[in-house]
Amino acid sequence: MAKKHKPRVKAPKTASPGEVMEIKTLISHEMESGQRKDRKTGELIPRQIINRFECKYNGETVFSADMHPAISANPYMAFYVKAGESGELEFLWHDDNGDVYSHSQKLEVA
Amino acid sequence: MTTPVTAPAITRRHFMITVAAGSAAAAWLAAAPARADKAMVDEAMKALIGDATPADGAEIIRLDLPQIAENGNTVPLGVSIDSPMTEDTYVKDVHVFADGNPRPDVISFHFTPKSGLAEASTRMRLAQTQNIVAVAEMSDGKVYMTQAEVKVTIGGCGG
Repeated sequence: MAKKHKPRVKAPKTASPGEVMEIKTLISHEMESGQRKDRKTGELIPRQIINRFECKYNGETVFSADMHPAISANPYMAFYVKAGESGELEFLWHDDNGDVYSHSQKLEVA
Repeated sequence: MTTPVTAPAITRRHFMITVAAGSAAAAWLAAAPARADKAMVDEAMKALIGDATPADGAEIIRLDLPQIAENGNTVPLGVSIDSPMTEDTYVKDVHVFADGNPRPDVISFHFTPKSGLAEASTRMRLAQTQNIVAVAEMSDGKVYMTQAEVKVTIGGCGG
């Protein structure tokens, strides 16, 4: 599963204090809306989406989003984070099935 | 918009869609689940912001949307609000709704002072031409709302 839903994150590795950094993320996921019907059986395909995205900076949630089936497949998210202290940026995607996909990377502030 | 203007426009649009996409699309439209409407958007909004009455946010919330989306499966959506984003004054949440999708909720962005900027973007599905409504909740409790129409050439739900 972890391989199937591969997160991609474009975030700076270094920043100056107070700098507002643009962060872009993408994760491969079908975002099955629960509105589609199986072409063969005619039955509704059960909903399975990423319902929440979170960005943590040194353990603190600095940006998050609740997503609904109206979000496109392979959900893209661009947002900003203000650089404070050096540490870690962590990105979490919460799947309807309870799985959490994550990516983390170091940020050096100087 | 007044009723005499709206009614012929919708009829014409349905006619155009049917002609353009043929019987398959017509069958799909007929089988499509009920669409959200203004009342459903209001209900979804109430679930998130309670009884607050949003003030006109046309000058406050910037909605970044295409006027025409050729593919409803992936329509760029951006929101941004000018805010100092300090502990005292910041944008807490921006909720986005679509009044012509099977369900009105699209996304809720949650900002913090450490976001630095109250700006975010993603991509959404739109089933048909419709209004996108954005509601912003500020740290001082003020609530603003704005909306914009996106014309959709090929709907992005089901199928």
